[in-house]
Amino acid sequence: MGKRTPLYETHVAAGARLVDFGGWDMPVNYGSQIEEHHAVRRDAGMFDVSHMTVLDLGGARVREFLRKLLANDVVKLHESGKALYSCMLDEHAGIIDDLIVYFMRDDWFRMVVNAATHDKDLAWIARQAQPFGVKMIERDLAMIAVQGPNAREKTAAVLPADARAAALALKPFTALKYGGFFIARTGYTGEDGFEIMLPPPEAPAFWQTLVRQGVAPCGLGARDTLRLEAAMNLYGSDMDETTTPLESGLGWTVAWEPEERVFIGRAALEAQRNAGPKRKFVGLLLEDKGVLRGHQKVIADGAGEGEITSGTFSPTLQRSIALARVPVASGDALQVDIRGKLVNARVVKPPFVRNGKVLVK
Amino acid sequence: MSKVPADLRYTKSHEWVKVGSDGILTIGITDHAQEALGDLVYVEAPQQGRKVQAGEACAVVESVKAASDIYSPVGGEVLEGNAALTDAPEQINREPYSAWIMRIKPANAADVNTLLDARGYEQVLAEEAH
Repeated sequence: MGKRTPLYETHVAAGARLVDFGGWDMPVNYGSQIEEHHAVRRDAGMFDVSHMTVLDLGGARVREFLRKLLANDVVKLHESGKALYSCMLDEHAGIIDDLIVYFMRDDWFRMVVNAATHDKDLAWIARQAQPFGVKMIERDLAMIAVQGPNAREKTAAVLPADARAAALALKPFTALKYGGFFIARTGYTGEDGFEIMLPPPEAPAFWQTLVRQGVAPCGLGARDTLRLEAAMNLYGSDMDETTTPLESGLGWTVAWEPEERVFIGRAALEAQRNAGPKRKFVGLLLEDKGVLRGHQKVIADGAGEGEITSGTFSPTLQRSIALARVPVASGDALQVDIRGKLVNARVVKPPFVRNGKVLVK
Repeated sequence: MSKVPADLRYTKSHEWVKVGSDGILTIGITDHAQEALGDLVYVEAPQQGRKVQAGEACAVVESVKAASDIYSPVGGEVLEGNAALTDAPEQINREPYSAWIMRIKPANAADVNTLLDARGYEQVLAEEAH
């Protein structure tokens, strides 16, 4: 038996299909995964993401510490509640994890890291934090992501009256605290919406209120197809400690300026940038029949071989899409080995879908 | 609970088998299998005339989640793959016991007796649930 979120009983009662996900028993789908996917693209759906890890970092030197710990630069964060996406690198510029960090106060930042990397992340952060006198506290919070074009309106309708206007006024990638609730305008689907942290005992009732508001419960299956259409990387599939941000389509998250900021992994990453990365990260559209999947071999004529890091059938495009790491000299027409058969795939610029619209042809 | 029609035979790998009066086998995947796989989006049926061994992977069904092999229940020859599923794989989710994947002519008619009956398959499902 795996770990259970505060919504476990709710999922079981709703007839969810549960699977092990990083040591947690999580719903993969309730009914049709494709219908759950469409609910998010067209209206509003919600995900239990309580398995994710919430860390509060406190201390007078916490900003200075995070400027060393993260490849992106928290110096950009001034307004309380402002969020930043970043990779956390090791000395070789390998990705230990990707995360979101929120600026709360000069002596307080909040971080959300992946569930599957919980233990190694906490060990790494604690070790690096020590010289800065920064304290780390893991928060026991439930987390519900409500996503879709109507997600914000539907969520606001169930919030207390005095929180409603403030929640609707949140700009993208910002958050606010309201009592025990932490409401962030963030997500992992390519749609607008909120990610809401709340006290575990309140999670089941809040979930049911959202169900009555017409928000569709969605499992991790739909979450994966949505994030892939939005070309958002999944840690452990699209990147890990053997890959750098420059080989994972995440060069944009690295803050090179100011030059004197020495973040962990900077020297190795700079060396790779100067030498030119040997591999690039691309989006693929399957032109033949079949389904692209992680670990399938990609053949680039004359340039060598690469690998699909994650692939699926896209419910929005009604065809298969993938993210892949391929030799830097690869052209736009590639072949993929599916069970020994070579099929044609075309390189496209991700994302595939954003805010309900198809962005690739 | 998933449906297990009494008039069909089954395999441990969740195929159903309908034995025709002419001895030809029609094969698909069970209600339990389609539910476990989720929304099906692709079917790769075997080529006509292919010779298969018992337990040989000879077709593939893919859901949004994963690809899954379909095994021949007995040795024999593929007479036909269901081409209609190519453009409508979701038929398997809707009507798993009508949306057949392939027809096979067994090399040895008596081999069908090695397959599970409905009760035997229900037992397999009960064991898997533990």
